Amino acid sequence: MSALNIKKGSTSHSAYNLRPNYSDTEERHTLAVIVENEPGVLARVIGLFSGRGYNIESLTVAEIDRTGHRSRITIVTSGTPQVIAQITAQLGRIVSVHNVYDLTVEGASVERELALLKVSGKGNDRIEAIRLADIFRANVVDSTLESFVFEITGTPEKIDAFADLMRPLGLEEVARTGVAALSRGAHALP
Amino acid sequence: MSNSMTGAKMVVQALIDQGVDTVFGYPGGAVLPIYDEIFQQNHIQHVLVRHEQGAVHAAEGYARSTGKPGVALVTSGPGATNAVTGLTDALMDSIPIIVLTGQVPTFMIGSDAFQEADTVGITRPCTKHNWLVKDTDDLAKTLHEAFHVSTSGRPGPVLVDIPKDVQFATGTYQPAKPQASHYQPQVKGDIESITELAKAMETAKRPIFYTGGGVINSGPQASQLLRELVAATGFPVTSTLMGLGAYPASGEAWLGMLGMHGLYEANMAMHDCDLMINIGARFDDRITGTVEHFSPESKKAHIDIDASSINKVIRVDIPIVGDVAHVLEDLLKVWKSRGRKTDAEGNAKWWRQINEWRAVDCLAFKQTGPNIRPQHAMARLEALTKSHDRYICTEVGQHQMWAAQYLGFEAPNRWMTSGGLGTMGYGHPASIGVQMAHRDALVINVAGEASWLMNMQELGTAIQYRLPVKQFILNNERLGMVRQWQELLHGERYSQSWSEALPDFVKLAEAFGAKGIQCSDPADLDDAIMEMINHDGPVVFDCLVEKHENCFPMIPSGKPHNEMLLANAKTQGAITGTGAVMV
Repeated sequence: MSALNIKKGSTSHSAYNLRPNYSDTEERHTLAVIVENEPGVLARVIGLFSGRGYNIESLTVAEIDRTGHRSRITIVTSGTPQVIAQITAQLGRIVSVHNVYDLTVEGASVERELALLKVSGKGNDRIEAIRLADIFRANVVDSTLESFVFEITGTPEKIDAFADLMRPLGLEEVARTGVAALSRGAHALP
Repeated sequence: MSNSMTGAKMVVQALIDQGVDTVFGYPGGAVLPIYDEIFQQNHIQHVLVRHEQGAVHAAEGYARSTGKPGVALVTSGPGATNAVTGLTDALMDSIPIIVLTGQVPTFMIGSDAFQEADTVGITRPCTKHNWLVKDTDDLAKTLHEAFHVSTSGRPGPVLVDIPKDVQFATGTYQPAKPQASHYQPQVKGDIESITELAKAMETAKRPIFYTGGGVINSGPQASQLLRELVAATGFPVTSTLMGLGAYPASGEAWLGMLGMHGLYEANMAMHDCDLMINIGARFDDRITGTVEHFSPESKKAHIDIDASSINKVIRVDIPIVGDVAHVLEDLLKVWKSRGRKTDAEGNAKWWRQINEWRAVDCLAFKQTGPNIRPQHAMARLEALTKSHDRYICTEVGQHQMWAAQYLGFEAPNRWMTSGGLGTMGYGHPASIGVQMAHRDALVINVAGEASWLMNMQELGTAIQYRLPVKQFILNNERLGMVRQWQELLHGERYSQSWSEALPDFVKLAEAFGAKGIQCSDPADLDDAIMEMINHDGPVVFDCLVEKHENCFPMIPSGKPHNEMLLANAKTQGAITGTGAVMV
């Protein structure tokens, strides 16, 4: 039998990458998913992404309305425009999902992530770390004579940049929350 | 009536309130309280199946043939895991069923208790939605919501997992409240898009209706509206496997089924059309073949109640999210009010082309030689049962495709087959579910011997409930479709695709207390089929057929619609290159 000419990854995304005449450019989108706060709802959302082969770059979830039993899941994902459209539609048909908003297409939005970074060192490295933390508006939330724990809030890019600078200065450990996002302006999501 | 009752009684009460008359199930430790309540009432008939998979397929058969949701009741652990295939089948084919599972008591969940399984975890990806009920006070509300979710929007299977202590405990029963749920899918289509479609219909020169299971699921009114629309426009109509019967096979505009084993004229028309109107179908890979060669020159409209079906596989020009009946009603109104226009000249030319394709007569065969050809068996079954209001189930494989090709369906809800999942073992239990809903109807399961053996134990159910289901087995002593693909793709190396040590089906039937008929001579076939029809009771019909018959026409995977293989085609190495990795 002749060798099969199969493109790498051609089976992992079902038929999507077989489609012609459509943008193949991968885009990064932030989705806000308002869900019923009930057991298993996060598993449904994550299961959709793994089951259908979509990417999750980051995901945060917390209850936002205790009396209304609502949680808000913020997902940063990437894919071609039609994959993003599929993700939105597939999320929308989960019974415990109330609304799905693509913050990337619905206008400007603010995105923030919180990170904790443990940096240990002595002498000049320690002084340099605290100077840079000041420049990045990071707070010291724990310190010993040999270490700091910094708390920093910002866009994922800002946190990446801060972590890169801390690495040669004794970065030991990082914990990040993933992105929380809201649209800009007075208008609120219904 | 007091609203205070045990969880087990609530289950029965909720089923009664939801209009359920039949439950298919199998008892076990974790559902004993519910079975005790079933014992003490006369409103609901419980059908004891022989395997939980059978219960779910029977519920599917009941649902497909009535349009009402089917209900299955099984125990925890293995009862629930045995239900998984049926749930997945119902999810793929959008069949409304409610599966109730017992669970170990809440205080033992997570302890690896006897017959414990994480049922909601296991069934999350194979249900439309599922619930674990931890409080008896929530049980009635959850059960009503389960019926609502299962039957609203795109229908599908739901599961309610009920721990044993929740069944024993007493709580307050809440009656069903309409509109209590936040889940309210949109049924009306966007009128601007509908108008755009009406305009496209006015100017189309080569239009085609491509209909699917969504027309059946939308209810008999949708089929009626489809018939009106076809009659008014004169456009040709084809259907997927799931949609057979929505438009009558005897109708003038009927092109037959499309897809991998669809009719030549249907597939050619799909390839060459300039306006494709998809009504409740989902551009499944059995339909499209290779996506990049699919109907290259057409404008495509897609009516679907599930927004995620639109632009999933094929990019369409006119997307319409809504229920088929609602959208067709509006479409007819808009098209009529705009003056009922079509391009008469273009359409006449289109029909001339279609009639040339029809003249190929792609299903033609000759019954020659000493053995019954499976196509002949189907043609005779069609001729001899046509006058009955019959219900046909199938298993999965070649026989399924021959049944779809050679049997004609005049009405919706008469054709029960596992389309999306392709579940061997579906048809026999499904036929039991159908016969329970239609006690006096002629119910036939067209089967292959291998598929039928997968759930043959349900013959006991048929005997117990005096269900005169007819098991019409096309016995080629092969896994026919697997064998066909091995011929096409794997150099005729028939790895594990023939059945040795098959049972004597006549004796097997008799061992259960059913009637067995074997037929191998074409000359005896008509009499044998009549004997099957006229027997008042379950029949296992062992129809010995030609062993190496291939199912044609066929679009080899990786090929476009206009490169079909017709009967007597050269089949060796017909599938090559990238087509070989497709299933």
